[in-house]
Amino acid sequence: MSSLTSQSFIKRLVQEEYKFFTGVPCSLLSGLIYELESQDEVRYIPAVREDAAVGLCTGAYLAGTMPVLLMQNSGLGYSLNAFTSLNLIYKIPMLVIMSWRGKDGKDAPEHIIMGDIDKQLLKTAGMEYSLLSEENCEEVLKKAKQKITEEKLPYTLIVEKGLFDERH
Amino acid sequence: MKGTEAFQELLPLINDEPVVHANGFICRESFALKDREANFYMIGSMGLASSIGLGVAMCKPDKKVIIIDGDGNVLMALGTLAMIAAEAPENLLHIVIDNEVYESTGSQRSLSNKVHLEKVAKSAGYKNALRVEQKEDIKAAYIKLKELPGPNFLLIKVEPCFDPSTGRVTHTPEEITERFMLAIR
Repeated sequence: MSSLTSQSFIKRLVQEEYKFFTGVPCSLLSGLIYELESQDEVRYIPAVREDAAVGLCTGAYLAGTMPVLLMQNSGLGYSLNAFTSLNLIYKIPMLVIMSWRGKDGKDAPEHIIMGDIDKQLLKTAGMEYSLLSEENCEEVLKKAKQKITEEKLPYTLIVEKGLFDERH
Repeated sequence: MKGTEAFQELLPLINDEPVVHANGFICRESFALKDREANFYMIGSMGLASSIGLGVAMCKPDKKVIIIDGDGNVLMALGTLAMIAAEAPENLLHIVIDNEVYESTGSQRSLSNKVHLEKVAKSAGYKNALRVEQKEDIKAAYIKLKELPGPNFLLIKVEPCFDPSTGRVTHTPEEITERFMLAIR
């Protein structure tokens, strides 16, 4: 991929056969969600909570469609029980695109603790992740696909502020 | 009517439809009475049977998809009723076995004695919502709601009766995934 934009990234996900998109918005993911909402061949289903989005992705996967969950790292708290008592034990994968609020302690107060511990939480739960960048995009998409199709486990791509455009 | 009696009425009416079960008493009772490959037994992740069922219904529009939920699960995920109503899959039937308690943890009370969940579902935008209190009425209500375009909601009021010696689902979670996916392919 030459340059990484919301448009090019969503296009790559569709090429990779991800066909079902849901989540709870974050400003850092607003460009991606705008792209999903404006394209004809994909749909984005607004979820009320991140754990409900995990449930929705689970149903899609069981019905043979590869799902993607978009959420802020604050949603990891809400969805952790869904991952540990459903997806990780039933071997029901999904691609998780998680924004990193609270990076380096520089953010609104409500984001600081989760921004510090989210990677540890994923690691402790046994959920692999990569920090997405323009340079490693192809490599991590390949790794995610492998984890999802071979080991049937969720894989998380972490999105930092500035990686994708924001639409307010 | 006791919860077990509701299942005894309901389960023979189900043919080859995918059925997503809520955790606890719902899973265990249904498994004990009639195990099926097209049953998804959600043993944990309380509250998510409805969103799982919605995802299956959206991606399998040619199949009638059934959720067998409990009052505690529905109350935990009231927002999912809005997601179902907004998405409005015609092929979804959401059944709630409402015993007004968290039965598998010792029958602590829920809130459904005061909050009428079928009214909540109807207000959210489900196409049809019925409440049944007599076991003789289950069959007609089920057949009606299965045939009408959904999303539809069937609330069955029951008395708690769960026997804790009823076994747990013996399939492993991975087995549940594999056989459910094969059965509904």
